[in-house]
Amino acid sequence: MDLMIESLPRLLKATKLTIELTLLSLFFGIFVGIFFAILRTSKNRVLYFISYYYSYIFRGTPLLVQIFIIYFGLGQVEWIRESFLWIVLKEPYSCAILAFTLNTGAYSSEIFRSAFETINKGILEAAEGLGLNKINTFFKIRLPIAIRQSLPAYGNEMILMLKGTSLASTVTLLDLTGVAKHIISTTFRPVEVFIVAGSIYLIMTFLIHNFIKFLEKKYSY
Amino acid sequence: MSIFKKTILTIFVSLFLTANVFADKIRIGTEGAYPPWNAKDESGKLIGFEVELANFLCIYMGAECTIVEQDWDGMIPGLIMRKYDAIMAGMSITAERQKTINFSQGYADEVASLAVMKGSSLEGMDTPAGINLSLGGSDVKAALKTLTGALAGKTVCVQTATIHQNFLESGDVGSVKVRTYKTQDEVNLDLAAGRCDAALAAAVAFSDYAEKSGKPVVLTGPTFSGGAFGNGVGVGIRKDDTDLLKRFNKAIDTARKQGKISELATKWFGFDASM
Repeated sequence: MDLMIESLPRLLKATKLTIELTLLSLFFGIFVGIFFAILRTSKNRVLYFISYYYSYIFRGTPLLVQIFIIYFGLGQVEWIRESFLWIVLKEPYSCAILAFTLNTGAYSSEIFRSAFETINKGILEAAEGLGLNKINTFFKIRLPIAIRQSLPAYGNEMILMLKGTSLASTVTLLDLTGVAKHIISTTFRPVEVFIVAGSIYLIMTFLIHNFIKFLEKKYSY
Repeated sequence: MSIFKKTILTIFVSLFLTANVFADKIRIGTEGAYPPWNAKDESGKLIGFEVELANFLCIYMGAECTIVEQDWDGMIPGLIMRKYDAIMAGMSITAERQKTINFSQGYADEVASLAVMKGSSLEGMDTPAGINLSLGGSDVKAALKTLTGALAGKTVCVQTATIHQNFLESGDVGSVKVRTYKTQDEVNLDLAAGRCDAALAAAVAFSDYAEKSGKPVVLTGPTFSGGAFGNGVGVGIRKDDTDLLKRFNKAIDTARKQGKISELATKWFGFDASM
């Protein structure tokens, strides 16, 4: 119990990095997701296949493998180390964000794609009948409906991403899991520390869950 | 008593007896990722100085041993949770660890050293060849001062939960940026990739890596011993297993007398690291 109380301030401080990684990855991931979802609905076969295989590869491999390839793998390639890419890839922080963004982007693209596909054709025909052009139809009709449609599934993805950031500790970042491991490495008492860390994750998932529920209610139709 | 009953009884009794003879099973935990102390060959089999030494110690103790693999950061918790009964994983005997577990007498000693890539500005520091932190004195103080100046603001990579991490975080060399990794392999990779300005580990861990990978990793600064670096490497045993501790101590005595420890140490380290 003493250890639980003692470790709490350090764990809370580390939670900041966990939140930061989650929010940044989700933020970039939304754009990546929408971009590839649009490519997936494209009639151009090349664009379609690019999007298809991107999502296939990043959903088909473990996040841990992805983060290891980006951090340890690319770091072994000499021409990458000598190129401008090294500015981003040298730091574990940016490598983690990159890996998480690409991963959540792949899942989000599938969520958004299916949301786009379920839009009632009648609505689109009505928009056409009203004389809305393609761009207006997309931003005023298709995108808002798709976002509302994908809320429940996307909320799930947010929670998965939050938990996924615990892998940042494998590339030396001191996020919530990283600091928990750090404390255990000097106290040798994993149970107490992981219970506290787990509870912090639980509180964060609770908040995300309720935030999505709130949005679902607000934009229900 | 019928013959049938007798037979059954005999079988049970003999089973019980043999069970007792072979009940003396000891599980030894090791990491398998810290060559030449302990490592794995291409087929995934555990090899290394401690794996071979463990087998000899078990013969001397008359015990049947299995060697169990365990990630380094869970090594001591794994012992306490009874996943194995002893640790032989290049674990130095330190006061901090002795709060939680017991150690046998030391069987080998290693010095720690900083390593950098060839051409680094940290190469060729003006320090003695080796310092013993337990001895103290003006030499040690001067060396630590040189190191503090040289390492200021630099990123130094270490394996997590090691004496090397403890030393860097002790403040003896000022405020360096310490980056921790799960395994020594990852430390070596990032040192070679240029993400670390320097790395700190057992000197043999770096020379072993440099030799096998062909990467220009060189040692720099003094070698470290004593103080935060502990007093040699011993077998870690749970506090309540006092019998097992005695048996290991006796077996290590025997191994030392027969010259087995020096023989194995010379084979794996290239020099006699036994103690």
